[in-house]
Amino acid sequence: MSTESKQKEPLFSAKNKKLIFNPLSKDNPITVQVLGICSALAVTAKLEPAVVMSISVLAVLSIANVVISLLRNTIPPRIRIIVQLVVIAALVILVDQVLKAFAYDVSKQLSVFVGLIITNCIIMGRLEAFAMGNKPWPSFLDGLGNSFGYAWILIVVAFFRELFGSGSIYGYPVMEWLGIYGVGYKNNGMMILPPMALITVGIIIWVQRSRNSDLIEEN
Amino acid sequence: MKALRNYLDKIKPQFEKGGKFEKLHSTFDAFETFLFVPDKVTFRGSHIRDTLDMKRTMIVVVIATIPALLFGMWNVGYQHFLSVGESVGFWDQFFYGFLKVLPIIVVSYVVGLGIEFAFAQMRNHEVNEGYLVSGILIPLIVPPDIPLWMLAISVAFAVIIGKEVFGGTGMNILNPALTARAFLFFAYPQDMSGDKVWIAEKADAYSGATPLGHALVGDLEPVRSSFNDMLFGFIPGSVGETSTIAILLGALILLYTGIGSWRIMASVFAGGYAMGLIFNLFAVNDYMALPAHYHFVMGGFAFGAIFMATDPVSASQTNRGKYLYGFLIGLVAVLIRVVNPAYPEGMMLAILLMNVFAPLIDHYVVEANIKRRLKRLKVKSA
Repeated sequence: MSTESKQKEPLFSAKNKKLIFNPLSKDNPITVQVLGICSALAVTAKLEPAVVMSISVLAVLSIANVVISLLRNTIPPRIRIIVQLVVIAALVILVDQVLKAFAYDVSKQLSVFVGLIITNCIIMGRLEAFAMGNKPWPSFLDGLGNSFGYAWILIVVAFFRELFGSGSIYGYPVMEWLGIYGVGYKNNGMMILPPMALITVGIIIWVQRSRNSDLIEEN
Repeated sequence: MKALRNYLDKIKPQFEKGGKFEKLHSTFDAFETFLFVPDKVTFRGSHIRDTLDMKRTMIVVVIATIPALLFGMWNVGYQHFLSVGESVGFWDQFFYGFLKVLPIIVVSYVVGLGIEFAFAQMRNHEVNEGYLVSGILIPLIVPPDIPLWMLAISVAFAVIIGKEVFGGTGMNILNPALTARAFLFFAYPQDMSGDKVWIAEKADAYSGATPLGHALVGDLEPVRSSFNDMLFGFIPGSVGETSTIAILLGALILLYTGIGSWRIMASVFAGGYAMGLIFNLFAVNDYMALPAHYHFVMGGFAFGAIFMATDPVSASQTNRGKYLYGFLIGLVAVLIRVVNPAYPEGMMLAILLMNVFAPLIDHYVVEANIKRRLKRLKVKSA
């Protein structure tokens, strides 16, 4: 691996830009790769936990990608999964502790799901598929791109679920301000239940595929 | 009639290719075939000649729901005036219920058909008739006081998420009418359950609990004493599912025309009866000791068995599969009723559950058939 080309690549070459922007749309971790669904269902009932979860995943994924990418030439292939897990676990514990220290309420709400970032398929998937074979900088960008791809789906889903399920946006009772409870409007209890998260993600996938025809598989 | 035909012929070219309203072709086609028998014939390949196309099938089901619908309208009025303590004549009762139920039907059809037409238009498909039946079944399975906007949302949900995402009529996994009801049930539980909602504009002092509601809290006395009321349908409940007699009239129509599957209907009742008997054996509380045939006349059991479970799209397709499918619906429905304290009525959930399993049942029935025939082949050749 020491025979890497000496040619200097600009920091944001076309290739590197792709690493960031592809995961936002046509290579989205949730809607296209269908990874990390479990946490997308669990934490999207309200916006606040969804945002915090997104930030946590962003931190863990981008740092883990860089660390693994730095270590990639020294990791023996047979134990690589264990090594990746150790790195992720260490980062997740860090994030968990930070949350407990500075955002205790949200940390309570997220409960086990912060710990379960370890098993978030996006992270393992990116480490295995990208960081193990690429240099630190592209790996970092890949981590960022995928976390943003994950984050925006989470936030969109959480936005609709909180708006229709609890009648608020980020904790602010918007529906009450609009005064539509007075005319018989009621919150939709189904939106708070996990199946609606799945259905909302499904709708996003539907919209995305009908706008982006190269995502439709031939069969 | 002739004038209508002439008018349609006159405006037809505008909807053909190259015409002014080319985009609206499927809408035009829907109305034309609705009003007149289509004159299209196929030219090649073998095909079955049958007058029973999808529109006829659907219309027969709609006709079969009419007894339950008319009785339901009267019962809505009857229950209302009973609760406020006025005694009025038959036609006043019927007219009150008619005015209550009509908007529900209108909203159900307008929203559902609107979405169907829009999707057919976007996909350049013919408009399918599937919603004709769902559109009348939905008003029959909701409480008479359901807010119309909730109904509209649930209909939209059922048609889009329950049906169109899978490809439209004939492709859905779940029964659309029950999908709408399940959505209402989980989204707005306070308007879909309890003892407040089953009588239109109920007087506060009057107890509006349905027999199922009584049974759920372990109060079996009113249930045991009212078998005839439940059979004829003089009880509070969803619009069309109180009267077992009216539903059975519909069942006769479905069976006589061969549109509803007797295998499914019979096995649903068999399953419910079997589970009732099993509970009787282990009767640890009053509800379990309830005679098994009471389950047929309570809640939506009969309605579900006749109109919902027999939906040809979401039910099992194979004959053996139908027996198993129906039997399990009856079994699970009574099981949920008696054992699960959160859901007073298990029919909806039982049918939706078995809808999901229907393809699996079919798969194993077909596999078993293949295996059996292979065995026969081997025996012969050996």
